[in-house]
Amino acid sequence: MSILIDETSRVLVQGFTGDKGTFHAKEMIAFGTKIIGGVTPGKGGAKHLGLPVFNTVKEAIKETGATHSIAFVAPAFCADAIMEAADAGIKLVCSITDGIPAQDMMRVKRYLLRYQRDHRTMLVGPNCAGIISPGKAMLGIMPGHIYMRGAVGIVSRSGTLGYEAAAQMKALGIGVSTSVGIGGDPINGSSFLDHLVLFERDPETTAVMMIGEIGGPQEAEAAAWIKSHMTKPVVGYVAGLTAPKGRRMGHAGAIISASGDSAAEKAEIMKSYGLIVAPSPSELGTTIAKVLAH
Amino acid sequence: MDIHEYQAKEILANFGVATPHGAVAYSPDQAVYCATELGGWHWAVKAQIHSGGRGKAGGVKLCKTYHEVRAAASELLGKTLVTNQTGPEGKIVQRVYIEVAEPFEREIYLGFVLDRKVERVRVIASRFGGMDIEEIAKDHPEEILQVVVEPAVGLQPFEARELAFGLGLNIKQVSRAVASILGCYRAFRDLDATMVEINPLVVTKDDRVLALDAKMSFDDNALFRRGTVADMRDHSQEDPREVQAAEHNLNYVGLDGNIGCIVNGAGLAMATMDVIKHAGGSPANFLDLGGGASPERVAAAFRLVLSDRNIKAILVNVFAGINRCDWVAEGIVKACHELNVDVPLVVRLSGTNVEAGRDIIGKSGLPIISAETLADAGRAAVDAAKGTPERSARTA
Repeated sequence: MSILIDETSRVLVQGFTGDKGTFHAKEMIAFGTKIIGGVTPGKGGAKHLGLPVFNTVKEAIKETGATHSIAFVAPAFCADAIMEAADAGIKLVCSITDGIPAQDMMRVKRYLLRYQRDHRTMLVGPNCAGIISPGKAMLGIMPGHIYMRGAVGIVSRSGTLGYEAAAQMKALGIGVSTSVGIGGDPINGSSFLDHLVLFERDPETTAVMMIGEIGGPQEAEAAAWIKSHMTKPVVGYVAGLTAPKGRRMGHAGAIISASGDSAAEKAEIMKSYGLIVAPSPSELGTTIAKVLAH
Repeated sequence: MDIHEYQAKEILANFGVATPHGAVAYSPDQAVYCATELGGWHWAVKAQIHSGGRGKAGGVKLCKTYHEVRAAASELLGKTLVTNQTGPEGKIVQRVYIEVAEPFEREIYLGFVLDRKVERVRVIASRFGGMDIEEIAKDHPEEILQVVVEPAVGLQPFEARELAFGLGLNIKQVSRAVASILGCYRAFRDLDATMVEINPLVVTKDDRVLALDAKMSFDDNALFRRGTVADMRDHSQEDPREVQAAEHNLNYVGLDGNIGCIVNGAGLAMATMDVIKHAGGSPANFLDLGGGASPERVAAAFRLVLSDRNIKAILVNVFAGINRCDWVAEGIVKACHELNVDVPLVVRLSGTNVEAGRDIIGKSGLPIISAETLADAGRAAVDAAKGTPERSARTA
């Protein structure tokens, strides 16, 4: 097992025929992901990378039975693409796009609530590196070779810091069940908590690494849940110890504005809820190794 | 993106928010002319900078004669105003806003924010206007009224009415306050704002409700569809290095340390700064190259980091996903040939095509310190910075 995706997931690429969609579709196929086609409005009926192109997501699902989608759609149109996938019944949408207007995301989140909980689309991202279940499938833009298959779940706001964690773990011979990037935007589709719930249920995952950033309430909310519900050990880290208050650090979400937003405060909150906090980002691998040795 | 008070008032007035009469001036002569055109007996001359706390910092002057208007404008224009929000370097005043000043009876606080916790727009109001909202929240939490707006239908008149009655306004004032509250919300929604703040919203003796101050911030990600808002950008109010960075699609934030950082990805950039601190050093900046960094973009990043006279070492940390290490390595070598990199350079590459990237760096013959792990890179940069003498200033 793993969470969110595996070798049976039937993946549709939204924005299939664009440069980014093409490049990353090839990479995902090479990794072993079951890409079954793509959507580019106006190019329906064509073939791309030997796979069918459709005008709409509904049409694509009808023809191919797609369950997952990954959206490489420009920021101005991405919210629309996500809602189209949700309405068509895609189970999980992953949005890589960086720069979606915040109010578009607010409307997307509201739109997803139209559907009953059991039928509601899970959105991962936007502005994230995607999801990878090593040895099974990849729904994202990460370098697949740095991940080793194993039993540690990773959930990270940042893409590259998630890579760093996976690479440090691989160097120590520790593998990953699934790694999820939740993205750096202030309003994102799914939170740390959403994925921790799945990792707790996943029999293959024995421990989880959660990598946060300055800004926002999601790390603290997840830490509280871990304390009351999680049986598996969780290693935490929060990037941005040196970040000054009130300044935005690249990610729209990475800004210290309220109390409890700074890296030091969040790390303290994590510790108070019983998480093991890695002392520095160069010790993500060694900290999880210690936890696994117990 | 932030805009000036006068620009925010111009926008809000178009959405039906009542504001005092006013005009912007770039010179003392123009300020006096504005006052004569506006009429009235008293005027406020207000420094236009992207910051709150202007009143306390001496940036707002009440004038009773044209002579006083001229003196106030002369004093403010060209001055660097330091408020509790600007930081010690302050912000330069290049425009003043001349506004007809009228007596008022009450001051109210009205704010709109995109609240990331509830992922909706939150309206905040309080009968304690003119004060810092954080202080009101601390000292009088019961005096803060809030509405969370349902995005599917937007702010409803009854919600605005509840707020207005809750503020203790009479029925005449309520109908005017409702128009202003709904107007602010529509401006927020239609122009992709992230913040609208009216502090204070004042009530006059004759029951008018006026926005005496106005602040608006906008979502940078939505500026592509808000041309009139994007045109209001005032670069003089922004850090010149951040402006230069934005031109190359880089994310840069200047800090006060001495190790320049060039990293891909915001999270890894923050983590790299953390590692430097952990190794006993101090980062000079945050810099995110973003995805798909071309050699040109890498060179632009070097120019930006080298323009900081405080730096004593540079640490490049790239974990390539969309990026490829060989492209980044080529960019580094190109930058070293084109620019005078007069401080030690530590490079750590990982991810896609890492061998090819390290090969390019190794064969370049440049005095680059290669590091394999994040910890090594941090230590190497901190050690290298210790041995570097003071640099002279340089322009990018």
